[in-house]
Amino acid sequence: MTAKEVRTGTHFMNGDEACCEAALAAGCRFFAGYPITPATEVAESMSRRLPEIGGIYIQMEDEIASMAAILGASWGGVKSMTSTSGPGFSLMMENIGLGICTETPCVVCNVQRAGPSTGLPTLVAQGDMMQARWGSHGHYEIIALSPSSPQEMFDFTIRAFNLSEYYRLPVILLADETIGHMNERVVIPQEEDIEIVNRRKPTVSREDYLPYEADADGIAPMANCGDGYRIHVTGLTHDDRGYPAMDAKAQEKMISRLVDKIRKNRDKIIRTQNLYLDDAEVVVVSYGISARSAMQAVRDARNEGIKAGLIKLDTVWPFPEELIRSVAPRTRAMIMAEINGGQMALELERSAGGACPVSLVSNLGGKILHPGLILNAVAKAATEKP
Amino acid sequence: MTTAKAVKNVPPHPMDGLLRTERIPHIWCPGCGIGTVFSAVLAAIKNTGWDPNTIAMVSGIGCTGRMAGYIRLDSFHTTHGRALPFATGLKLAKPDTKVIIVSGDGDLFAIGGNHFIHAARRNMDMTVVCVNNFNYGMTGGQQAPSTPLGAKTTTTVNGSPEEPFNLCDLAATCGATYVARWTAMQVRSLRSSISEALEKRGFSFVEVITPCPSSFGRRNRMGTALEMMKFYQGRSVIRSDIDPSEAVVDIDREIVVGKFVDIERPTFMDHYEKVNRLNLPQWRAMHPDHQKGR
Repeated sequence: MTAKEVRTGTHFMNGDEACCEAALAAGCRFFAGYPITPATEVAESMSRRLPEIGGIYIQMEDEIASMAAILGASWGGVKSMTSTSGPGFSLMMENIGLGICTETPCVVCNVQRAGPSTGLPTLVAQGDMMQARWGSHGHYEIIALSPSSPQEMFDFTIRAFNLSEYYRLPVILLADETIGHMNERVVIPQEEDIEIVNRRKPTVSREDYLPYEADADGIAPMANCGDGYRIHVTGLTHDDRGYPAMDAKAQEKMISRLVDKIRKNRDKIIRTQNLYLDDAEVVVVSYGISARSAMQAVRDARNEGIKAGLIKLDTVWPFPEELIRSVAPRTRAMIMAEINGGQMALELERSAGGACPVSLVSNLGGKILHPGLILNAVAKAATEKP
Repeated sequence: MTTAKAVKNVPPHPMDGLLRTERIPHIWCPGCGIGTVFSAVLAAIKNTGWDPNTIAMVSGIGCTGRMAGYIRLDSFHTTHGRALPFATGLKLAKPDTKVIIVSGDGDLFAIGGNHFIHAARRNMDMTVVCVNNFNYGMTGGQQAPSTPLGAKTTTTVNGSPEEPFNLCDLAATCGATYVARWTAMQVRSLRSSISEALEKRGFSFVEVITPCPSSFGRRNRMGTALEMMKFYQGRSVIRSDIDPSEAVVDIDREIVVGKFVDIERPTFMDHYEKVNRLNLPQWRAMHPDHQKGR
């Protein structure tokens, strides 16, 4: 009996399991993790599935080690991932920074629970949005995706691997407890119908290879350990050779490239799902599990004759500034719906730039948003004088 | 810039092939023992006759961590204390790679202590060379988990109030298959121990008592670099095959050196392959080089 690498077909599975199956379908063959609610099922699924198909699962001593191990595995030429929740995500920040600085492809799945600290281990929240953006020290850009269903957990995990391989950085999957534990239909396509992106390899000789010299699109081809290029990789600020360069000029050059490779490609990276946006007077912006509450609220509002619309953020980072900037001036109000004290609401407000009022519908974690709460806010915004 | 130009006129060195000569001069202080340890590591690597493209060096942060930046191999200078988990991922992803970890006592045993004990417990097939200079050199000489009781550092000006680890005993207790200790002055023994460690299957560990004249030596009035070298050598007593718990490092009395452990034990991959036996063919197909053994 040979186990399937891609379990093509229609399944009833939870988001965590869908994440595992997607990772394998994307080519992931190394997982290092540490048990933590509500992400444990990702690790458990990986521990069963990876040995079946010739991959490695290892349970590390903590999340610091898990993150370090997936970076090492990635340089070994194997697609790798880890999964965690808030407390573990905090521990991973150090080596997420190493992954950013050394431009190491890998995927980090954070199934969010309520914090700070141990918080509510078994209950939902979306409180790690800004931590995902800025949690590691220094200035950098990040890519983070936020699924709203187990199916999207599958689809976005594949995309997370593709983005990480192309743009060479740890890509964060910002899921939440509800999506992780929710069982729904998940359709896994035929293997040949799944788009797979692999890292660009150098084509020049060892003597001519500069590991951090970028191509026109800002991305440098990546030699793996053992490819014969004898690379040096460091978390110190480095030059095109990968060698430490301890001055402001080298810092400016390296950080600018790390930032630009994401910012200049954001049209290709950012994806949203827009609903009734063309004539919307009140626009709800949301992501993850909250986007499902928001979608219900927007449909209910339409049924009541209110011109409501929805922007569902499939990529939460980079934030779709241009879209918000174009929509805001023709909108009476925008509302961010999220399970935290208003983290992405700040981004929305910044991007709207005062062109329309921005408000927040939220709770502080432990339960999902009731669509009625969002509907009330939409109705109120629709009747308020501009 | 002027120094870089000067290097061009230096005659070739036998180890040039393994060095990123364009990065020389190095950052280590005059009299520092790390260069001696580095030379021993290079000689031991050369001695194996392995294809350099199949060897990787991983280091943490600190003076010793900079070795990875000077060796012309695939080399990874990671985060403070995290060389071992990074190396674990690298080794498992590419089992045919020989992985050498070089780092200091502070990196491996304070911030990285948890990773060390678990890498040894799992018997990850890799070699760790620890430069023990009794303090944090890069940051100017602070107390480390190896600092002798009573020794002066910038954070223990009245003497360290803590008892240090016996690094070799810790490695042995956690399951290392090879454990040895030498001082940086005992170059021949050190070189042959590192060679043995490299050839050893499993988690091998070599500790090198190394002078840090700029910080530890200066604050503890140990004289010049050469005097420190001779002092450590003079204090050292060779007692191979002694129980590692009795292999003490007491700079006031004696520094026990020698080879303390040389045993066989299945590695992580041995167990992983065994417990997942059903799927061995696929795994071997994916990692063909592993079939040759180490």
